[in-house]
Amino acid sequence: MTDTTPGNPAAEADTSLQHPPLGVRISRKVQSSWKTVVVFLPYAWLLIFFLLPFVIVAKISVAEALIASPPFSSLIEWTDEGILTIRIVIDNFLYIFEDDLYVKTYLNSVKISTISTILCLLLGYPIAYGIVRSPPTTKNMLLFMIILPFWTSFLLRVYAWMGLLSDQGTINNMLISLGLIETPIRMLYTEFAVYVGIVYTYLPFMVLPLYANMEKLDNTLNEAAADLGAKPVSIFLTITLPLTMPGIIAGGLLVFIPATGEYVIPDLLGGGNVLMIGRLLFNEFHANHDWPVAAAVAIALLVLLVAPMMAYQHYQGKQAEAR
Amino acid sequence: MFQGRSRFLTWMLVLGMAFLYIPMLLLVIYSFNKSKLVPVWGGWSVRWYAELFQSPEVWEAVMLSLKIAVVNATFATVLGTLAGLAMVRFGRFKGRMLLGGMLAAPLVMPEVITGLSLLMLFITMQDLIGWPAERGFSTITIAHITFSLAYVAVIIQSRLVGMGETLEEAAQDLGAKPFRVLTDITLPRLAPGMMAGWLLAFTLSLDDLVIASFVTGPGSNTLPILIYSRIRLGLRPDINALATIIILVVAIGVAIAGIILMRQQRQRDLELARISDD
Repeated sequence: MTDTTPGNPAAEADTSLQHPPLGVRISRKVQSSWKTVVVFLPYAWLLIFFLLPFVIVAKISVAEALIASPPFSSLIEWTDEGILTIRIVIDNFLYIFEDDLYVKTYLNSVKISTISTILCLLLGYPIAYGIVRSPPTTKNMLLFMIILPFWTSFLLRVYAWMGLLSDQGTINNMLISLGLIETPIRMLYTEFAVYVGIVYTYLPFMVLPLYANMEKLDNTLNEAAADLGAKPVSIFLTITLPLTMPGIIAGGLLVFIPATGEYVIPDLLGGGNVLMIGRLLFNEFHANHDWPVAAAVAIALLVLLVAPMMAYQHYQGKQAEAR
Repeated sequence: MFQGRSRFLTWMLVLGMAFLYIPMLLLVIYSFNKSKLVPVWGGWSVRWYAELFQSPEVWEAVMLSLKIAVVNATFATVLGTLAGLAMVRFGRFKGRMLLGGMLAAPLVMPEVITGLSLLMLFITMQDLIGWPAERGFSTITIAHITFSLAYVAVIIQSRLVGMGETLEEAAQDLGAKPFRVLTDITLPRLAPGMMAGWLLAFTLSLDDLVIASFVTGPGSNTLPILIYSRIRLGLRPDINALATIIILVVAIGVAIAGIILMRQQRQRDLELARISDD
């Protein structure tokens, strides 16, 4: 295969000297430069609207809060003598690390998303395995049913649980009419509700990578082990589980990362009783208008998630190579 | 020996599907509840649907959300397709690593961070160049394009990898210029992937609450923002009605898209079979 693009500038200048018709010139221009355009457009977009904002947040996180618009001090200033000064204030970071509330919220977010990830795995693993073991037509149907909730509103799926878990909600009503309890159990606005909400909304994120991984498993290994007298439990532990590890890791990261920064679920199902970092950031910004502290919380959350994010990207890269 | 486990797996499947679908089913049933108190059954009625359709607020929010979703999906599909082409077909180029990182990061970035940082950008830009003068349609659309294009790029990349390059190479050997190969062979073959990307970007945009609430301005309520402001204070029967309509529209849309995609796939398979038969 020969690479015929992009022509060298000298040759291009040469052709334009002969003054070919405009249409031809334009089409030549397109022929030689379209690859640059293809790369440039998305590149420029992401640099401006994805990377640059993080630089700005990092900058604001080391600024001072002011009562002004915008409510923070500027980082770089010209003093009267014409000297450029850079002021970096690390008070915002000191503040969030010294304040008990922030540290507690931070740890609680990690705890909640870790437990939710494990619950998703315990529920999602047998579901994915069950789908893989189904006959082809049922398999497609089941996969479709796992994906379908993706397309419906996330917000409304969380809302559905408000109706189930509230004091006069469906679950309490049912338990009372069955005579199992007399007074409603408080479920909404507790940590339990947050777990239910996260497992419910993120379960497909766990099932799909697991399914993709399990589908490639070679069943003859299991059969051989069974022929040699291995018990189902030991077949599972020594063959299936290690081989599905990549799926477990991918699914786990896909649940853990967004769950840690989750805002809607703790806000709607946890109320004020459940501390999570995403909700704290949102409130710090919208209710307290403390932008520098909100920016510092964002940077701290990002630092917490950089390792799992890079692990995920590394894993995705390996998957792409394997194909 | 798989008999026992098979039963266990079947039960887990039933349980899992019940877990996924019963809450939504209840949501739909209670939308037909006459009573104003959502969980207390007061007989069948469609009064909440009537109330919903009479609310101009809801219509405005729906129209704004649809407008944003369409513009977002179109731009995100174009940019995401270009990005996917660059990543898969251009070999090594300067900054490929950075582009890959910027395409992967939005997929896992917590929404609160994306929302906050984009708002900071818009405010800084307003200070420096006076644009955007006010936040609303344009800022939400830009924010949505930024994360949607990453999802489109993922679909396009996996499609390009799956397609292989044999047809393109054949065309080039027959003398087609690279740009011609792109427009006549690669893009038409990518069309189903682009359509899937467009639909995904469209729904992602319709679904987003957190990022939109950061970058919106006064008076610009998208549908999720409107729903959220209502359900924050508790259950609302009119929201159940709205949810039912959304679920219905999504189910129909997904079914139609599925049928079209399946048909195209089958047609392509038939064509390929015919070509290889010749």
